[in-house]
Amino acid sequence: MSTVFASFVRAFIVESFLFGDASAAPADGESLIAAGIIDSTGVLELVAFVEDCFSVTVEDADITPENLDSIEAIATYIQKKSGRAPLAA
Amino acid sequence: MCGFSGYLGHVDAPDRTLVAMADAIAHRGPDGRGFFHADRKGRTPGVGLAHVRLAIIDPSDSLQPMLSADGTLALAFNGEIFNYTELRQDLIARGHTFRTSGDTEVLLKLYEEMGEACLSRLNGDFAFAIWDGRRKCLFLARDRMGVRPLFYTRHGGTFYFASEAKALLTVPGIGCDLDLIALDQIFTLWSPIGQRTAFSGISELEPGTFLRADASGERIDSYWQLDFPDAADAFRDTGDPDASLEQLNDLLVDATRIRLRADVPVGACLSGGLDSSLVAALAAEHAPQGLRTFSIAFDTPEHDESAFQQQMALHLGVSNDTVNCSGGDIASVFPQVIRLAEKPLIRTAPAPMLKLSALIRENGIKVVLTGEGADEVFAGYDIFKEARVRRFCARQPGSRLRPLLFRRLYPYLPGLQKQSAASLAAFFGAHASADDDPLFSHRPRIANTAGAKLFFSDDLKARLGAYDAAEDLISLLPERFSRWHPLHQAQYLETRFLLPGYILSSQGDRMAMGNGVEGRFPFLDHRLVEFAAKLPPELKLRGLEEKYLLRKAASGRLPASIINRVKQPYRAPDSKAFLGGTGSDYVRSQFDPVRLKAQGLFNPASTGKLYEKCATSEAPGFRADTAFVGILSTGLWLEAFRATSKPTAAGLAA
Repeated sequence: MSTVFASFVRAFIVESFLFGDASAAPADGESLIAAGIIDSTGVLELVAFVEDCFSVTVEDADITPENLDSIEAIATYIQKKSGRAPLAA
Repeated sequence: MCGFSGYLGHVDAPDRTLVAMADAIAHRGPDGRGFFHADRKGRTPGVGLAHVRLAIIDPSDSLQPMLSADGTLALAFNGEIFNYTELRQDLIARGHTFRTSGDTEVLLKLYEEMGEACLSRLNGDFAFAIWDGRRKCLFLARDRMGVRPLFYTRHGGTFYFASEAKALLTVPGIGCDLDLIALDQIFTLWSPIGQRTAFSGISELEPGTFLRADASGERIDSYWQLDFPDAADAFRDTGDPDASLEQLNDLLVDATRIRLRADVPVGACLSGGLDSSLVAALAAEHAPQGLRTFSIAFDTPEHDESAFQQQMALHLGVSNDTVNCSGGDIASVFPQVIRLAEKPLIRTAPAPMLKLSALIRENGIKVVLTGEGADEVFAGYDIFKEARVRRFCARQPGSRLRPLLFRRLYPYLPGLQKQSAASLAAFFGAHASADDDPLFSHRPRIANTAGAKLFFSDDLKARLGAYDAAEDLISLLPERFSRWHPLHQAQYLETRFLLPGYILSSQGDRMAMGNGVEGRFPFLDHRLVEFAAKLPPELKLRGLEEKYLLRKAASGRLPASIINRVKQPYRAPDSKAFLGGTGSDYVRSQFDPVRLKAQGLFNPASTGKLYEKCATSEAPGFRADTAFVGILSTGLWLEAFRATSKPTAAGLAA
């Protein structure tokens, strides 16, 4: 699934967690935690990004690998929370 | 005490060579120096020894290098033989006579009588070199735990050795290149492993080993290894916990008692934690004239333990001297820290130790006891509990409750408190199978640290190829490792690698000796280490309660508030230390993209973003901090050793 959400998320991850090194970018379905891209501090940064950029509130109970552990999962979560249809990229 | 260096083989100018080597390690021995050399005779190679002295035992005598009565042996020695009094009495009973009252002559006589077998009789922290004219060979040895350092190399057919690598770099023709494998190991395991050092071509003699060098080459053998019972037996020999406690008490008292032997006053460090408090309490019992104690305080509340230090000082009735360490202090001493540590570091925690040793020295104290080693030997570190919780989670992967235990392990990491059970399980790799992975306990730490390799340049990555530092570590494990209890496996990894490679060296000997201070560590008395290794795991880590038996031994000696406090790992501010206010000029220049490109080790673009993130973010995170300190210290290392290949004592003092 390649959506505008996914490409925003990917850009954020490359910039914030990979320090601009796009060659280390994960595949959309790849686990960010298993790949060592985000740690416990990183998840909170990710939550702040989702809240700030997409005007959604991430409940504590939503902070799970199911919602946040891959670019694809995050994009799906944003879509669900914002109630907006994904635009094709 | 002290430092030494020397050679075996031909050198053009023996005096000049030895003086230059001694100058490079002059900070280790401000109280005197001595030299010995003999020219090549027939088939006997030339040999030279240099010694710089920190006088602690028998200060007016016991000069080194010390020759045997018949002149066939010459000894240069760094450290202490704590049981020298008993060994001396044994030797006298066997008919030996002594010219001095110190431990140096005891060591020389014991070697004269027993050869390499003398090592098993020594209880001490030592590295030494003996020229054995009878056997026409050089004998080098290092203590069991790796307290005192010893480096060596071969150049132009001559064998050189020294207490610090910087002495070897004074030898004309010995170049200084960063060992890229060592760099990868530091960015994975915190320090080089095995005999490897940051300097390509320079080796470190491993703890518990000795080396014989002669005209034909070198041979290294081990005389002591850390060992644990087979897991099947680990619970069987529980004996009686009360008897174990009594034995522990006796050993602690004796290990401390013999470490107070000195002809100068011995002080103690107080971190505010259980281990140093217990050592100080034990030492105070033997110091009727009062014990001097020393502490580090931090501006940052998450690092500061001064309230506990004051409680303990009050309890002991001592006036505790404290040095405050701010982020700016860390930044200002860090270049000197790297020159002394002689390797890139991924943590700043050694820096406050250098400030502490300066404080101790200013107070006229040369020897201090510390609590170092207790967390390895009695299982105090969080990593042991973390591994236990990860195993517990892995047994029931669907559990929504088990991973919540991770929050309890790290109350000082605010980021963790908000995470769900599923996230916690994912972060700690809690579902990974423990089967067949000897590094199971350390995988999260290894993975988190290695995340900093993101910044390695494409060229460095290409040169490292498929090299895997963790696999390399596995290749160094003894065959018997697989038979040990998981806690013992984890303890072995800490005690055998991180302890000598980082804790006792970068954070220990090198920072203390940078100001001519000797640390002594009762918990690393090999009798205690061997005793603790045999204890059943549950007497060390009981459930999630660390250092169970040691805590019992401490009750009655320490206030309950110290015994029951939540353990706080010793940490210091990392990237933030360097970026407060406008940031130090030298730090900025180390991150200059032109410089980084010329070094060729790190990617200038991503490293630039790293600098920005560390400068602007409230909490840059583990990986960013690790990478920041690692890149900065690698740059400082290159500057300290590559640009000036012959550092002098004056340079070190700057």
